[in-house]
Amino acid sequence: MRLTPLFAGALLAALATSASAETITIATVNNGDMIRMQKLTGDFTARNPDIQLEWVTLEENVLRQRVTTDIATKGGQYDILTIGTYEVPIWARQGWLLPLENLGAGYDVDDLLPAIRGGLSLDGKLYAAPFYGESSMVMYRTDLMEKAGLTMPEAPTWAFIADAARKMTDRAADINGICLRGKAGWGENMAFLTATANAFGARWFDESWHPQFDQPEWKNTLQFYVDLMKDAGPAGASSNGFNENLALFQQGKCGMWIDATVAASFVTNPADSTVAGKVGFALAPDTGLGKRGNWLWAWSLAIPAGSQKAVAAEKFIAWATSKDYLALVASKEGWANVPPGTRTSLYQNPEYQAAAPFAKATLDSINAADPNNPTVKPVPYTGVQFVAIPEFQGIGTTVGQLFSAALAGQMSVDEALSQAQAATTREMTKGGYIK
Amino acid sequence: MARSVTLQKKLTFTALAWAVAFLLFFPIFWTILTSFKPEAQAIASPPVIIPSWTLENYVEVQARSDYFRHFANSVWISVGSTLIALLIAIPAAWAMAFAPTPKTKDVLMWMLSTKMMPAVGVLVPMYLLFHDFGLLDTVWGLTMVLTLINLPIVIWMLYTYFKEIPVDILEAARMDGAVLWKELVYVLVPMAVPGIASTLLLNIILAWNEAFWTINLTASKAAPLTAFISSFSSPQGLFWAKLSAASTLAIAPILVLGWLSQRQLVRGLTFGAVK
Repeated sequence: MRLTPLFAGALLAALATSASAETITIATVNNGDMIRMQKLTGDFTARNPDIQLEWVTLEENVLRQRVTTDIATKGGQYDILTIGTYEVPIWARQGWLLPLENLGAGYDVDDLLPAIRGGLSLDGKLYAAPFYGESSMVMYRTDLMEKAGLTMPEAPTWAFIADAARKMTDRAADINGICLRGKAGWGENMAFLTATANAFGARWFDESWHPQFDQPEWKNTLQFYVDLMKDAGPAGASSNGFNENLALFQQGKCGMWIDATVAASFVTNPADSTVAGKVGFALAPDTGLGKRGNWLWAWSLAIPAGSQKAVAAEKFIAWATSKDYLALVASKEGWANVPPGTRTSLYQNPEYQAAAPFAKATLDSINAADPNNPTVKPVPYTGVQFVAIPEFQGIGTTVGQLFSAALAGQMSVDEALSQAQAATTREMTKGGYIK
Repeated sequence: MARSVTLQKKLTFTALAWAVAFLLFFPIFWTILTSFKPEAQAIASPPVIIPSWTLENYVEVQARSDYFRHFANSVWISVGSTLIALLIAIPAAWAMAFAPTPKTKDVLMWMLSTKMMPAVGVLVPMYLLFHDFGLLDTVWGLTMVLTLINLPIVIWMLYTYFKEIPVDILEAARMDGAVLWKELVYVLVPMAVPGIASTLLLNIILAWNEAFWTINLTASKAAPLTAFISSFSSPQGLFWAKLSAASTLAIAPILVLGWLSQRQLVRGLTFGAVK
């Protein structure tokens, strides 16, 4: 068989491309924004034909375990990691991440929201680029609030929220005044309760790393939460996390829900939510002590120090977290589906403001969170809804199990706090924090 | 001695058997049903028994992930590890059943004891070994690990089956001039076919379902169906229907295999139970 010159040329070109193409492996979580990004990567590969992408999508906890094992053993299986604001400062300090210093001239790093950028930086260097950011806020049913004869302030107090929740509760109609996280886990109930405790003046540790669960502020926080959930929360609340409460709210069974700002796009989407047109937003509540119970989180893209393809990886990160990417999503799926909470310019965009009624509340919530001064009293750690130390995952989950048990009525609030104090003291002593 | 079984007893035991079968099958039934529901119905409370049927989840699952690549990896890993395990286990079980030493029981117990250690306890050393030998994210590496993990069970099962075969028959073969490999291939194996078949099937199922190592030692190239399922769980957003569709696709081949071979499986598992 004789190859025509044209065919031979095309074959050679194809072989040359595949030979020089570099494949980067991206470890990520399964959530709407990430899945959308996977579908839109044709835009990136068209601009960068020499880079191919391989995706590894895993459940959040599995991803954390896999990525931690790989990075700690320098396995080098991944070139880009999807990690959160908890991991970034810890891993950067360990030297496990490469600083992102070549994101390109048009990247506009100063456009990143200051609170988010601060949470992903160490010593002034950015170690991960935010893909989407979130805080927490109050989502409430405007019709039920009106029926209860109340008006939600823009910045409510916990006293107002508790009163409204009890008034909105209608057990006969299967309406719970408030839905809050109860499922045990450092990223589940403890994210919510740690942020709430900040508003009540509590803190995880004093300046010498001594646990503070024996202090009255924690007693006030936990007792308030357990009593409120008993009076106005859904049955089986100790098993409810983000997704369970999302389903309840979408089915019209919650008067209020305090959770991640990213939920706003879910509850206002008429395709999934039966209450889409009846949802209002407000800042997370406070108790008048100067701190609100709103957290700060950003799913971000980072490059492990063991990657052999850092240049290609950084190119991809620059694309996925750029202003152009936001515009690309808007052009394909509308402004309401753009990943929120990363760039100032997005919140100044009138088209986004019009398409996303939750934009202002989201931005205000993110701006109100301060990971460096998360509590009323001084603390030796950073992080709003977590403590950025490696031991926190274990300690947070243990304490979360105790608090979840208190919510389920399996132990009293005092017992839960006393056991939390003992367990945390033991782990912090073992970790060398308490001499 | 023949026993007369009253109709009432028969009915009671039949009802009990159906109840147990229903209980065992219910989670699978519910997973399959959920896979045909829209996401909102999948998590609805009270549960929706008759859904508004949709194939959307299956379409989405295939669009987001390559089922067939994961399926091929699962087949390779489970069948490969099972065949290698059988090759090692048949001679080992023969030796323990027909040429035991005073320490044979201890060796058997020791082998079983390796199953008692939590896998996560050796994750880091295993990961480092795999990294150093270039076995991370390879089907060869996983095949080796699953062979070693399931080998104690395979040896134990075959040992139990072989013990049921009268040693006189093997001796008769030897008297007729059969050498060791002929004794194994032409006498022992044909007599133990039901046992070997059930061991093979059970081991394929165990390897197919193994999730810890198959998720932790793979990334993209060698990831089997366990990793495929895991990718559909989501921290934020509804995912149960899609996860159920992925699970249904992942368990379907092994369910069909179990269904087709149930006679062999039951025969093998009850082999020698009644003398």
